[in-house]
Amino acid sequence: MTTRRADIVTAIKARLQRWLFRVGGPEAGPITLGQRRIFVLPTGFGLALALTLLVMLLASINYTLSLGFALTFLIGGVAWVSIHHAFRNLVNLTVSPGRSAAVFCGEAARFGVQFHNTGRRPRLGLQLWPSGGAPGDDGFDIAPQAGAVHFVAIPTRQRGWLQLPRLHLETRHPLGLIRAWSLFQPDQRCLVYPTPAADAPPLHHDGDDHPGSTAHGRGRDDFAGLRHHQTSDSPRHVAWKSVARGGPWRTKEFDGGGSQRVWLDWQHLPPGAGIEARLSRLTRWVVDADAAGLEYGLRLPGVELPPATGSAHRHACLAALALFGLPTAHAQPAS
Amino acid sequence: MPSLRRDQVGWLLAGAALTLAPHAGHLPPAISALCALLLVWRGLIAQRGSRLPPRTLLVVLAAGVVGSVLLEFHHFFGKEPGIALLAGLLSLKLLETDSLRDARAAVLLSLFMQLGQFLYQQDMAIAALALLGTLASIGTLLALQGRAEAVAPRALAALRLLLQALPLMLVLFLLFPRVQGPLWGLPADAYSAVSGLSDNMAPGDIARVSESAEIAFRAAFEGDPPPPAERYWRGPVLTRFDGRTWRPGPSRRHGQPFYRSSGPAYPYTLTLEPHNQHWLLALDFPGPAAGLAYGDDFRLLSREPVRSRLRLELVAHPATPVGLDENPRTLQEALKLPPGFNPRTRALGEQLRAAAGRADDIPALAIRHFRDSRLAYTLTPAPLGRDDVDSFLFDTRQGFCEHFAAAFVVTMRAAGVPARVVTGYQGGEINPVDGTLVVRQSDAHAWAEVWLATKGWLRVDPTAASAPRRIDGGLAAALPGSARLPLLARSDLPWLRALRDRMDAVNNRWNQWVLGYNPARQRELVASLGFGDTGWQSLIALMAGGCAVVMGGLTLWALRRVSTTDAIDRSWLRVCRRLAAAGHPRQAWEGPSNYASRLAREAPEAAAGLAPIAADYARLRYGPAPADAALLKRFHHSSRKFRPR
Repeated sequence: MTTRRADIVTAIKARLQRWLFRVGGPEAGPITLGQRRIFVLPTGFGLALALTLLVMLLASINYTLSLGFALTFLIGGVAWVSIHHAFRNLVNLTVSPGRSAAVFCGEAARFGVQFHNTGRRPRLGLQLWPSGGAPGDDGFDIAPQAGAVHFVAIPTRQRGWLQLPRLHLETRHPLGLIRAWSLFQPDQRCLVYPTPAADAPPLHHDGDDHPGSTAHGRGRDDFAGLRHHQTSDSPRHVAWKSVARGGPWRTKEFDGGGSQRVWLDWQHLPPGAGIEARLSRLTRWVVDADAAGLEYGLRLPGVELPPATGSAHRHACLAALALFGLPTAHAQPAS
Repeated sequence: MPSLRRDQVGWLLAGAALTLAPHAGHLPPAISALCALLLVWRGLIAQRGSRLPPRTLLVVLAAGVVGSVLLEFHHFFGKEPGIALLAGLLSLKLLETDSLRDARAAVLLSLFMQLGQFLYQQDMAIAALALLGTLASIGTLLALQGRAEAVAPRALAALRLLLQALPLMLVLFLLFPRVQGPLWGLPADAYSAVSGLSDNMAPGDIARVSESAEIAFRAAFEGDPPPPAERYWRGPVLTRFDGRTWRPGPSRRHGQPFYRSSGPAYPYTLTLEPHNQHWLLALDFPGPAAGLAYGDDFRLLSREPVRSRLRLELVAHPATPVGLDENPRTLQEALKLPPGFNPRTRALGEQLRAAAGRADDIPALAIRHFRDSRLAYTLTPAPLGRDDVDSFLFDTRQGFCEHFAAAFVVTMRAAGVPARVVTGYQGGEINPVDGTLVVRQSDAHAWAEVWLATKGWLRVDPTAASAPRRIDGGLAAALPGSARLPLLARSDLPWLRALRDRMDAVNNRWNQWVLGYNPARQRELVASLGFGDTGWQSLIALMAGGCAVVMGGLTLWALRRVSTTDAIDRSWLRVCRRLAAAGHPRQAWEGPSNYASRLAREAPEAAAGLAPIAADYARLRYGPAPADAALLKRFHHSSRKFRPR
């Protein structure tokens, strides 16, 4: 009964918020915080000041203190002006989606939110946090006619695409009497890889007997030469000596088309394990294989990534694992 | 809990010091000293970065504050103990303040204490100090909210906020419906700070009052003021005498003047400083005025004690004959002498009565006797014995006006002539700057009134017999050597007098328009703005209108969008606007080349000529700086010419 009532309250609250704060779904493209999107209310300290001013006003009336009236109205005026300052501190600020690097499930996803201040005044004392959460840090400033990226950390609980939740941008500038805030949700997602299994059996790559992985080739390959560096090359194969001498970035090539070749195969995992456990274990192997500098391929039902190396390949494998079995609407990244 | 930064503590302490400084004169010295000590201590802690004192010590100090307040006032109720407690509390609060929350609470307390100082004084210097204190408080709030910053820019920011608040303050100050206080009963000591005459007189009282150069009231005469010898401003009339203290006799009030005013009339505006008494210190003898009462001892009275500066339009008729049909009981009262006091003066009175043929001659004889006795007029007479009138007349022969008046009245009564003491003010100075007559506490005076059957009540000033210059030239002229006079009442420094006159004139304006801004003034102002109906409804409507105008201005200011796009962006945006008008808007996420290539696919006709412009824009915006001047020129030219078909 109580839970149902709580549900109803939550639903009403959500509807009220939607109506009051005009929040819809995520918004693509830059969001400009117009005057209709900015809300202003006094803080607790602002209310305390209002009470003090009321007492001062009554004292001024009672003792016929002309200067008392003047002082009370002056401070009241300053408090009122600070409303406009707080409002001005947010208005016409532009928010757009920024970058967010993929993370493993369980880590915090760090969404970069891009702010742009086209005004001639700095924006001071801003705080950004997920709506419904609590303000975390000391706040940040944005210089005039400049941009700034501020990161929001969101805890991750499941693999797949994580949509950036609605954000709350608030300022109590200049006096701490008034808080002005705005709610917005840039259309921005972060890919969450499955959690690498902690208890996965080590990746064997020198025998065919190990389930889940098959290794080809043996022994260390011989150094074959140098070629131009590409960003997708594993840092482990960079010719660091040449870079340290101030030379160009080059990548070491090895004979035999790469190092050891491993297939990480869904079918070879023990059939008793659940989907998430298998994905988790494969994730661990992808990470380990990449760390070991192996050439690895990934086979999932319906997906096959031929063996390769490099960070792009790693990401492709992890993304395939992250999105495995999820509905395509969810799985397809927005273009 | 994050501890406060050093700049935050600095602002907090500056605000508290500016708030507490004007209180120092009114607080008990022990509390003042303690407050100063605590502030200095907190400053040292902030400077050295050492720890705050432990709670137990603060509790002990708080007990000390409470104890010294109790020792000084014997209770906690009322204005002065309350302010002393708050001052101690504020200083102690600072000593335990190390969080934003505490610091903000201390700021609120400071603001309240700012108001507290107005209970004592509201002159311009105090207003300036309060403004400075408010500035410091706002600076504190800025420092508490913002990042560390140097003092000067922060003070400028606070000043900017204050200036922006000024219009709203003016609207509220002028139009907020004023109610005449008090709203509830005031503590007994609410007006203890006011100085002036009291309703009884013992030797030395008037001398004490006249040591102050404070202004008692001002009078602005429409025509020429009466000559100095006619400037007697009537306060309490004292009939009862117990051998030492003079007190008022029974007095009835009339709603109208009960005498027939005659002789020359002197219309004037009296601006009375608050003295928390009923009497109005009108010039003898006031003509009819609305809303006032007339005591049968010819005092003009108000219905309420004068607790705020009061402005009255009055007319004086100095030559009016009064008291011809005086009540016999009043006369009887004016003949009583306490038995067993002043035997020598009584003997003198009987002697004078025997010497004079008619009762009408007795006062003149007594004045002559006073003059022949060579009585000295001084602010510091020698101490008198139990029979103080005898001592004054026959032994010490030194006295101030109250001694002269008392001795004369006792002599008259001993001679069988009804007589009484009148206290009030005599004289005053015309301020050459604005022409008003300024009467100070140092013009406090006591004189006598005798009743003669043929003439009624007659004013006799026995001081004039011994020190005639007191009447014509004021206190400073009458006293030999003005060492004990307040500096500003001395007349031997002309530049000082000129300065004082100028200050008085400015102060008068301040009093009339700032401090004296009361419900009546407010009605006048609203009426002069052309609003006939001056009820509170129209005031509120006016106030709301004024506030709306100010707030509208502030909103416009806040929304003012400063155009920040440069010439390159402006040109590009113009191209985009033209394309949007032609039905091909650029999507928010599209860069120049995406846009151009999409339009080239979707609407090649409309986008003809767009591709080179977009490419130029991309190169100018994102290419290597500095931009090629020829490229810039080509871009501006082609974008200006661009028209989608």
